Amino acid sequence: MQASESKELYLSAFRRYRNNGASKNPAWLRQLRESAIASFQELGFPTTHDEDWKYTSLDRITSVAFQRGNGAAKAVTADDIFALGFADSACNRLVFINGTYFPQLSSVRESPVGVRIESLAGILQRNDGLVEPYLGRYARTHGQTFVALNTAFMEDGAFVLVPKNCKLEEPIHLIHVSISNGESVASHPRNLFIVEEGGEARIVETYIGMGKGSYFANPVTELLGGPNTTIDHYRLQREGAKGSHIGTLEAQLSRNCNLTAHAITLGGALVRNDVHMVLNGEGSECLLNGLYVLDGKQHVDNSTEIEHTKPQATSLELYKGILSGSARGVFNGKILVHKDAQKTNARQTNKNLLLSADAMVNTKPQLEIYADDVKCSHGSTIGQLDRDALFYLRSRGISIDDAQSLLSYAFASEVVSRVKIDSMRARLDDYLLNKFGKNQKSEIQ
Amino acid sequence: MANSFQGNRMLEIKNLRAKVGDNEILRGIDLNVGPGEVHAIMGPNGSGKSTLAHVLAGRENYEVTGGRVLYQGKDLLRMSPEERAREGVFLAFQYPVEIPGVSTTYFLKAAVNAVRKYRGLEELDAMEFLSLIKEKMQLVEMDQALINRPLNEGFSGGEKKRNEILQMAVLDPKLAILDETDSGLDIDALRIVAGGVNALRDKNRAMIVITHYQRLLNYIVPDFIHVLYEGRIVKSGTRELALELEDKGYDWIKGEAPRSEV
Repeated sequence: MQASESKELYLSAFRRYRNNGASKNPAWLRQLRESAIASFQELGFPTTHDEDWKYTSLDRITSVAFQRGNGAAKAVTADDIFALGFADSACNRLVFINGTYFPQLSSVRESPVGVRIESLAGILQRNDGLVEPYLGRYARTHGQTFVALNTAFMEDGAFVLVPKNCKLEEPIHLIHVSISNGESVASHPRNLFIVEEGGEARIVETYIGMGKGSYFANPVTELLGGPNTTIDHYRLQREGAKGSHIGTLEAQLSRNCNLTAHAITLGGALVRNDVHMVLNGEGSECLLNGLYVLDGKQHVDNSTEIEHTKPQATSLELYKGILSGSARGVFNGKILVHKDAQKTNARQTNKNLLLSADAMVNTKPQLEIYADDVKCSHGSTIGQLDRDALFYLRSRGISIDDAQSLLSYAFASEVVSRVKIDSMRARLDDYLLNKFGKNQKSEIQ
Repeated sequence: MANSFQGNRMLEIKNLRAKVGDNEILRGIDLNVGPGEVHAIMGPNGSGKSTLAHVLAGRENYEVTGGRVLYQGKDLLRMSPEERAREGVFLAFQYPVEIPGVSTTYFLKAAVNAVRKYRGLEELDAMEFLSLIKEKMQLVEMDQALINRPLNEGFSGGEKKRNEILQMAVLDPKLAILDETDSGLDIDALRIVAGGVNALRDKNRAMIVITHYQRLLNYIVPDFIHVLYEGRIVKSGTRELALELEDKGYDWIKGEAPRSEV
């Protein structure tokens, strides 16, 4: 199938949806969908001729006629979720399967007054004015094919509201499962997080894949950080071997908002993460903390854009990649400093470790600066394991396999050590030590 | 020029030659070391001292072009670096490598257990390991907080060298090679490190102490001294040789050295 046929399939699916499922939507939502599908129609799917997609082919998505479906949902158990995800079974959670809220596996404890942790579908159905001012306001459909597709078809996802001065200590887990046992399944989860002035929250989005079939997850998350907030956001991806994931995070930071956005990618055939941060308040700070650990023929593309629109804001970005097999990594990082954003402090780093001769990385850091009093830097590296360090470990009796896995783990640990949820960090540590141990063995045989 | 030791040989180096790239650095080393002996190897900069240490430990960027090395009767040069370590060869690095992201404790435990497993001993559990480390840390007066930090990262020169001797104590080698262990140490740190080394002297353990300066040999008193020059041992003797060297300088040796055949 050609990309143009694929586009036509989505357009005709929308025509059916417009007259069927979406017809009961409130007018504002129908309007949102119409303008989104118009954007999609105009844009079509990007190709490798587009600068932003130069190294990432979408054939895996555009050559398949994905269906929406959740027939396999019943096959998912809590054990599956905790085996694949990095949360523990006591966690506060909403579970979604192929994009639809699945209350049987969800467990939300009572929260302080005013906190809302619920499925978006329920809220849209009630149409009580809660999400209307926010939904679609930050994730722009203009110029963004996948945000447009998501907005046209969105039905469900997570809604989190942390009210003024509320400090939520317990993390909120949103676990999105894609499962396909043959049919090719698409989902367009839509998440909206609002942390009001003075609030604090930890929100974890986990994406996991199950089943033997191929699927396409196209989640979009909008996050609004109010003044003086502290937000810790995680996106953990452990998609299946035939899973494609195109994810978008749109975050808006108000005055003195402090946001840490973790992005950890461990699985998936094709993964693209678009992160767009707007530091739209004086004194706001964001830390982007990313790790991708790839093997086989995995392809992972991280595209981040950090926009400084107000003075005195700080953005620090560190993304690290470890690639083996014939995996391919792409990093596109852009820092955009507007004219009024004086005293901006921005630093961006991408470091890659290649463990095999066939692994490859394309990395492109960019700065675009229109203010004259700023401190900005960027850099990227691609390298192999340090020979001196390897020899040092081996000279103490540690085998070459173990030395390599220990050094790979050490490379990742700078990112993992910033994970603030202890149980999750411990599970990630275990996963990585185990993974690198296995990797080395398979490469030597 | 080999020393005339005739006893039980732990290490026999015969006509060892090695190069880096096109540069021949070791040009026929002969040396025999017996158990319990401490041999000092001295020599001017560039004479091949550190190369000898690294070739014995198995570093890959040196190419051995001739000669042989028997360690406890086995061909040392055929072993991987980790096999040598497990067989009891230990190199204390002149420049210990900093490894961010790996805690010193984790590293030590991995090393100890790799070596113990090879030697047919049971691996230590967390409690046993900690009590071993605590005991050995006293030898080098090392602060407990240090081993919770990433390996050598941000350690001072003295802390790094103490950490090397701690590793030696924990791994219990049969042949320890100390490469310029005195470099970068002030007198107090030198005394502590040398004290740790002396505490590990043992009738079954051999040591090769590599140093540019005789200062270290006031603290670690060797049984034999060898002077390395242009990749060969040009003079061997007992302690007095070090004092003579200090008195006359390396130029004296250069005058005595046989002419290069190359």
